[in-house]
Amino acid sequence: MSDPLQPPVKKNPQKRTVSPTRPPEGRSRAALGLTAAAAEGRFALQCCAECGAVQYPPRDACSTCLSTELPWRDVSPKGTLIADTFVRATTSLYFRDRLPWRTGTVQLDLGPSVICHVHGDCEKGARVVLLNRLDRAGQGVLIATPEKRTPNMQDDPQLRAMSSDPKLRRVLITDARSPNAPALAKALLAAGAAQVFVGEGEIWRPYPERAALETLAVEFLPLDVTDTSSVNRMAAEYGGKIDILINNARFLRPGGVLARGDTGFARDEIEVNYLGLMRLAQAFGPVMCARTGDGVNSAVAWVNILAATSLSNSPEMGCFSASQSAARALSQSLRGEFRSAGLRVMNTYVGPTEDDWHQPLPPPKVTPNALARDVIKGLIDGLEDVYSGDVAKDMAEKYRRDPKVLERELTMGDEA
Amino acid sequence: MARRQGYDGVVVTAPVSVPYERYSIETAHWWISRALRASLQAAGLKPLEIDGFTVSSFTLSPDTAVGLTQHLGLCPRWLDHIPMGGASGVVALRRAARAVQAGDADIVACVAGDTNHIDSFRTLLSGFSRFASDASYPYGFGGPNVNFALLTDRYMQEFNATREDFGRICVAQRDNALRYPNAMMKKPLTLEDYLNARAIADPIALFDCVMPCAGAEAFLVMREDEAIKRNLPFARINGTIERHNAHASDPVQLRGGWTLDVEDLYEMAGCAPSDMDLVQTYDDYPVISMMQIEDLGFCEKGGAPDFLRNRDMTVTGDFPHNTNGGQLSAGQAGAAGGFIGLVEAIRQVTGTAAGTQVKDARRALVSGFGMINYDRGVCSSAAILEGAA
Amino acid sequence: MTSPLANLATALSSGEIEVIDLTHTLDPDFPVIVLPPEFGQCARFRMEEISAYDHRGPAWKWHNISMSEHTGTHFDAPSHWVSGRDLPQSAVDEIPVDRFVGPVVVIDCSAQSAEDPDFLLRPEHITAWEAEHGPIPPDAWVLMRTDWSKKSGAAYLNMQDDGPHSPGPAPEAIRFLIEDRAIRGFGTETVGTDAGQGMHLSPPYPAHFQLHGAGKYGLQCLHGLDRLPPTGAVLMAAPLKIRNGTGSPLRVLAMIEKDSA
Repeated sequence: MSDPLQPPVKKNPQKRTVSPTRPPEGRSRAALGLTAAAAEGRFALQCCAECGAVQYPPRDACSTCLSTELPWRDVSPKGTLIADTFVRATTSLYFRDRLPWRTGTVQLDLGPSVICHVHGDCEKGARVVLLNRLDRAGQGVLIATPEKRTPNMQDDPQLRAMSSDPKLRRVLITDARSPNAPALAKALLAAGAAQVFVGEGEIWRPYPERAALETLAVEFLPLDVTDTSSVNRMAAEYGGKIDILINNARFLRPGGVLARGDTGFARDEIEVNYLGLMRLAQAFGPVMCARTGDGVNSAVAWVNILAATSLSNSPEMGCFSASQSAARALSQSLRGEFRSAGLRVMNTYVGPTEDDWHQPLPPPKVTPNALARDVIKGLIDGLEDVYSGDVAKDMAEKYRRDPKVLERELTMGDEA
Repeated sequence: MARRQGYDGVVVTAPVSVPYERYSIETAHWWISRALRASLQAAGLKPLEIDGFTVSSFTLSPDTAVGLTQHLGLCPRWLDHIPMGGASGVVALRRAARAVQAGDADIVACVAGDTNHIDSFRTLLSGFSRFASDASYPYGFGGPNVNFALLTDRYMQEFNATREDFGRICVAQRDNALRYPNAMMKKPLTLEDYLNARAIADPIALFDCVMPCAGAEAFLVMREDEAIKRNLPFARINGTIERHNAHASDPVQLRGGWTLDVEDLYEMAGCAPSDMDLVQTYDDYPVISMMQIEDLGFCEKGGAPDFLRNRDMTVTGDFPHNTNGGQLSAGQAGAAGGFIGLVEAIRQVTGTAAGTQVKDARRALVSGFGMINYDRGVCSSAAILEGAA
Repeated sequence: MTSPLANLATALSSGEIEVIDLTHTLDPDFPVIVLPPEFGQCARFRMEEISAYDHRGPAWKWHNISMSEHTGTHFDAPSHWVSGRDLPQSAVDEIPVDRFVGPVVVIDCSAQSAEDPDFLLRPEHITAWEAEHGPIPPDAWVLMRTDWSKKSGAAYLNMQDDGPHSPGPAPEAIRFLIEDRAIRGFGTETVGTDAGQGMHLSPPYPAHFQLHGAGKYGLQCLHGLDRLPPTGAVLMAAPLKIRNGTGSPLRVLAMIEKDSA
């Protein structure tokens, strides 16, 4: 079993905060397939489309038949740990801060041998399950874990280094008024978050979620993502205590361009959904990036909750979804900007939710509890892209298959 | 008739080792030119008098052998660049020998050299190979130490080898190095020192690892009559082999490409392992020396620990091995590490090894191994040299 | 004999006449009216730095601000309401400027409002006030003092599940002021000229509907009406000259005689 994670002691104010470092980031284009799968928590390897041979390391031609058709497929992650070592010397600053580092060779049941990280509970010679996780450089890496869950398994320092686990971390939920705020707060506390802050704007205006939040051990902080001074003030006071930021602020009204007839709500949507994200990132991003090496409660993840329709738009929520697409595009820039610090941007794409604005839509809809569950699991698994609910999963799969086909499906006109 | 043509009439001569330095502010070009110059001087040659040239180096970038011709004022009609690390010495030898034999060149200078700046090693690792960047270095960034730790771990599990077994190789080589003035390591090493050393990547500890340094090695390949004309001590090439990416489906490397070609080697050379007066293995980690001793037929697979327990690997012993201390004690000067055993073997069989000279050494086996492209060494090579009687 | 303006200037410089500020600070946190979410919403006040003596402008600091016509202490023009849409001079840029400066009376409803947040000002309250202070002069501003401007946060809108609860005029009171007292306009310390529950009166939002239908003006979110005397002050409330504007944020000033409040 892994030693249970201990709460960090108060920092010695005379000690410099550990600088952000990251493991080697360089990868070939082919190897980024592993990263793409890890971003969604899948274990995938290249499989030759012609002869079926499973390949590792990633490459450009099949080492059995020289075919260049090597699609990534989800495959069995099982294997045997046939050798291991504890690295005790390295020229990498990232690993130097974390020595000794356990590394091993796993022979996959599918054939290839892989060099991988090794969870502390794996025994040499034993059966293991490989996980494909994003490391702090944001690249897909393999880590061998015990075949059966072990106590405190998630607390293994190496596995934790590849996760955004909220356990013992301090989390800011940016909008207490969102219908998902109580569920998120509750799930985070249940997952062992040390502290949950909820941002509260327009305190002169009551809202039903307040009562639910008041029953939880959360701390309310004044924060309005449309108000730059409010965001900057909060970041100045609390930025150094935020390890995970969950941006659930959202302004939503139905309607496409013609149905709306004006830009009024669109401005609100851009103010909250796009500029709000930008304000938060400009205020909280730098201080979080400076704290990614800060021990047990290092800054680790930035979570955006986005509509699945940010992938491909349709008129029902056309103007709103455009603001979501803008936020999604901004999140990609943020990924690049946060990358050198190792701060992860996790986008949670959610289908229609159980709320006021999706009343006219038929099920399935995502409940706040289901969304919260998916967010927590995504954090624990260190994902970059989470699709919450059947509609979002469906949309993601269609988007992967062919974005143009999806677009046409979503933008069919009415029968004449 | 033998399956392969011999190297009749071709010899190797003018071995040169430029004394190594731990760190150097000079470039690979500088180190290579010093080795080339010394080798040419030994043979009484001017740069324009050689017409073949081959280079091995990791730190020459952005130049290759091509850039060096202009840089060093050479005008060869045969040119090669051999990026095979620890296998490059033997590979350079066998290519040069065929060129000379075929008349494509008359005198080929084979040189390897690298510099070692502060931080060179980390930089070299970072850009070593695509598979390493993609699938090896992200896992602890321990460089080859990690690969060999895993391999050694597996070898120990499989063949009941102990750390003492590996230690004996290192201790014997240190004894040999004390006789070799160019060795970086000048302090005696005991088995106790070895066992108590700082762990690097279990079960690899400090004295299992080579010390990266700057240095260069060189030799010349020419026709026998040319060597005789210049009054040079020379060695004949009895046989060579080379193999890449052998046994690709072995889950961990416990054998190298030698196993595919070892019969060929001895058949070509017309001799057997027991005929060797000394053996120079590629020794960036002792487990690799064991693997070569097995794969080149001195004992069966997995038998090296036992085989070596009963032998003395020092210069004066019954199984002289890595007689100048090898890379473990003389230092690893980048690609020159693929030449050090070969250059020492030329000195040994030509009776010019001075302090490390094995008595009556006539025949030497030299083995090369190189390029941890991902999880194992991809290149293997071996040659048998015989001093001119 | 000096001119009236010279007298005014003398009184101002001597302090005999004081100028007081009846304006809330424009601040992102200041409440605005809340409508059902499917309706368009009043923009909150927002301010973004353009530069602050930095790389965006080394020697100067300035902001872009954004808000609604009806954010903060503000003016309602007749065109604000459907009842006033077709009146002449109904937009802020068209209103003659003499309308922006004039006499003001203050009806103190603070005691009643403290007791009942849904207090409605009725004609009998007005006539009772007149019995004490004399008749409301024609073309005057009538301000309803509730001390609501002293409230902050959630207490200001006092929003409940059935909507906001704050004092305001009854339909009859507004009708009385328009028809029988020919007022210039009506002002409050609450977020609107109507009571919080004004949508449930008849007509709904009676102050807005009737004032603007009659070409009268509204002032809301006024601050500190307790500092005004019941009569005798002069109010200055000039909206920005916004083409076709239905209202405007204001700096509302009043001139009062020293110690008159």
